[in-house]
Amino acid sequence: MKRFLFPLLIFTHCAWANPFETQLSNGLRVIVREDPRAPTVVQMVWYRAGAMDEKDGYSGVAHALEHLMFKGTKRLAAGEFNKRVAEAGGRDNAFTSLDYTAYFQIVPKAALPEMMALEADRMANLTLTEKEFSSEIKVVMEERRLRTDDNAQSLVYEALHSTMFQAHPYRRPIIGWMDDLVNMTWKDARTWYRDWYAPNNAYVVIVGDVDHSQIFKWAEKNFGRIPARSLPVRKPQNEPAQKGVKRVNVKAPAKLPYLTMAWKVPKLKDVERDTEPYALEVLAAVLDGNDAARLSKNLVRGSRIAQSAGAGYDATVRGEATFLLDGQPAEGRSITELEAALQAEIKRIQDGGVTEEELTRVKTQIMASQVYKRDSMMAQAMEMGRFEAAGFHWRDLDRMLVKLREVTTTDVQSVAKKYFNDDTLTVATLDPQPLDPQPLDKVATKNPTIAPRH
Amino acid sequence: MRKIVFFIGWLTTLAHAGVKIDHWVAPSGARVYFVETHALPILDVAIDFTAGTAYDPMGKAGLAGLTRGLLDAGAGALDEETIAEQLVNLGAQLSGTTDHDRAGLSLRTLATTREKEAALILLRTVLSQPNFPDSVLTREKARMIAALQESDTRPDAIAAKRFSQEIYPNHPYGRTTTVASMGSLTRDDLLTFHRTRYRANRAVVALIGDVTRAEAERIAQFLTESLPTGEANDDLPPVQMPVKHTVNIAHPAAQSHIHIGMPAISRLDPDYYALLVGNYTLGGGGFVSRLVSEVREKRGYAYSVYSYFSPRRFEGPFQIGLQTKREQAAEAIKLVESVLTDFVKTGPTAKELAAAQKNLINGQSLRIDSNAKLLGYLSAIGFYGLPLTYLDDFPAKIKAVTVDQVRAAFVRQVKPEHRVTVVVATDE
Repeated sequence: MKRFLFPLLIFTHCAWANPFETQLSNGLRVIVREDPRAPTVVQMVWYRAGAMDEKDGYSGVAHALEHLMFKGTKRLAAGEFNKRVAEAGGRDNAFTSLDYTAYFQIVPKAALPEMMALEADRMANLTLTEKEFSSEIKVVMEERRLRTDDNAQSLVYEALHSTMFQAHPYRRPIIGWMDDLVNMTWKDARTWYRDWYAPNNAYVVIVGDVDHSQIFKWAEKNFGRIPARSLPVRKPQNEPAQKGVKRVNVKAPAKLPYLTMAWKVPKLKDVERDTEPYALEVLAAVLDGNDAARLSKNLVRGSRIAQSAGAGYDATVRGEATFLLDGQPAEGRSITELEAALQAEIKRIQDGGVTEEELTRVKTQIMASQVYKRDSMMAQAMEMGRFEAAGFHWRDLDRMLVKLREVTTTDVQSVAKKYFNDDTLTVATLDPQPLDPQPLDKVATKNPTIAPRH
Repeated sequence: MRKIVFFIGWLTTLAHAGVKIDHWVAPSGARVYFVETHALPILDVAIDFTAGTAYDPMGKAGLAGLTRGLLDAGAGALDEETIAEQLVNLGAQLSGTTDHDRAGLSLRTLATTREKEAALILLRTVLSQPNFPDSVLTREKARMIAALQESDTRPDAIAAKRFSQEIYPNHPYGRTTTVASMGSLTRDDLLTFHRTRYRANRAVVALIGDVTRAEAERIAQFLTESLPTGEANDDLPPVQMPVKHTVNIAHPAAQSHIHIGMPAISRLDPDYYALLVGNYTLGGGGFVSRLVSEVREKRGYAYSVYSYFSPRRFEGPFQIGLQTKREQAAEAIKLVESVLTDFVKTGPTAKELAAAQKNLINGQSLRIDSNAKLLGYLSAIGFYGLPLTYLDDFPAKIKAVTVDQVRAAFVRQVKPEHRVTVVVATDE
């Protein structure tokens, strides 16, 4: 196997790719990556407030506020934000995760000053009214019905998280429980905004055909006057050690069963000193990181036990890290057989490790994707933004890549041995229910947190 | 979680200016479209054929998708595992698409000589010498059938499929894969489809990246010279317009899934620009469109509501879509119908037209800011026979559209007597 030679240094350290950073006196950090390849620019504003910062009874408020951020400020009427972006020829959107909430615009570069003014305006001047809230919360409920209540696999995923975590806030769904949405008020959203939308709890990431020193001036002009505020205390809410396997089953309309298995594993805390998170990243990639990876090769194409099979691990999270395996059994095979087959794949690595060839393959993919990523300004902004959201510094992204390249087959085998035991495992399954063409009874439709019944 | 998915349809993404496109016909007969750019050490190649689902033979729905999907399941002397491993070892990415009109593969590779050459050899092999091994075929048919049965339980999939059947009665655009049609496919079917449809003189090759014109010429010929030379008829029967009707389908979902529309225009229709600009105001422009404003912003009826034209080689659909709590579905449909009727009658206001034009014209640079995006435009220009100046001409074409043209185009293409409504999960 020829070792893949890749000119990493050229792409991570050439002049135009080097990000620049400043911090305003109110605590807002501004990160700029100059990329002059096209006359466009991405602006992202990230707030370190996500669903994990919510309290019981208020689930979904981070996401609801994200919707309301488009509903007008002291200067702008509701909907005007979208109009300005659209007329500039741009696109905008926002997303809420467990760890953060982020807003972005992709615009021709001439429109950037206006976009910065718009984001600064809604960081400080959002007008929240009962009228706008009561209409928008209905939209959020429709979103929940669409993404979760009528989606069998989403229900399983929701059940998995609420089962595997008892103390940690990752147990709550980002979109919120339907009952919490029904009982949310415009004042809850306002409290959330006042608590978390402060410059010292945010950072701006800009990638595009820009001059960083000019951006820093615009940032000072637009965001500089927004005062810093003290933030609510964040309790760690660490999950106590799990002592025994947990199982949960969901019944919902579907044809194929679905299985998810999640183990509690360490996350990345120290970029330089940690080794296990990198080994877990490589393990996930050996299982499901490319077209030659083990799960598809062995279970879908080989033994044909699975219709689909996957693995996932994210080392860079604010909360608890999990290692996920999931899949659908092939026609005529059972959830039990699939679970045993997935366990057997882990066992094979515990017993026999992974090959040098597999390891090289994973590293090749990582390096190639670093080059391909340069074709998308959004991908570059996302990478820095997500890494920062987990509490790291963008400067360490390159170090993380170096550390990933240092992972050995022994490292991978040892994390497989150490972390995949049943005592920290949670299994959530879908028991597919045949479609009943009769309309639901009224109770079920009025309270859609209950999966449709038959 | 995203606030909204963008519903600016395919129509609004095809535009740009100031990019030099080279075009030639390779000795193989393939038409080639090339943009040279050395900013990144990568190469993207896409090869498309007139081999979409509309060319599935009667009773063999699913053949086009399966043929394209199994090109890399064994080719030449290589089995599927070897192909997958070699691509991964090179850091290359191979992907495929099949739509109603076309099917093809695209490759992204590093432009370093060793990686690039090896990846191109693999692409040539899977395009020219697929084996469609019986064992893989059996497995993949079973997986497709399982996926089909699964999608037949999902309200969104049921609605999309039924809408397609209802607006294209007796036309290949309305045919959908069934368990029986998938089950009937044989290795000979795939071999024949490949031999007749993946032929050099109908291939459209799009290339962008870190290679010279001379090298691009060599690559295009290398990729297409050993393609089959079979014959096939690319014509389709004429589209018959449906008669206005509504189909209600029972389903236990909390939300009704609603599709409203009809066949509309081909990709080369002269109404293209007027409809593109007009639809931005109706339901293509996201939050600034009338549908989102009325259905979502004012009443909170839906998370997603949109309209789009999806032009094809022949009359592609005009479609409005939304999902809403089933108890309010009838009300939401009434509202959407009134927004549509009103728009067709009066067209956009002068202010709305100007806003649409501003977005489409000012957004030009966003459509050309990556190799991946440009590759898509090159393929579309080649496949649909658009002028090479299409991208440069785009802003002027948008600017020239008037309110009267929009109104006239909508009156011509969106006739109430052909309007089909499909509702899945309804109490009606």
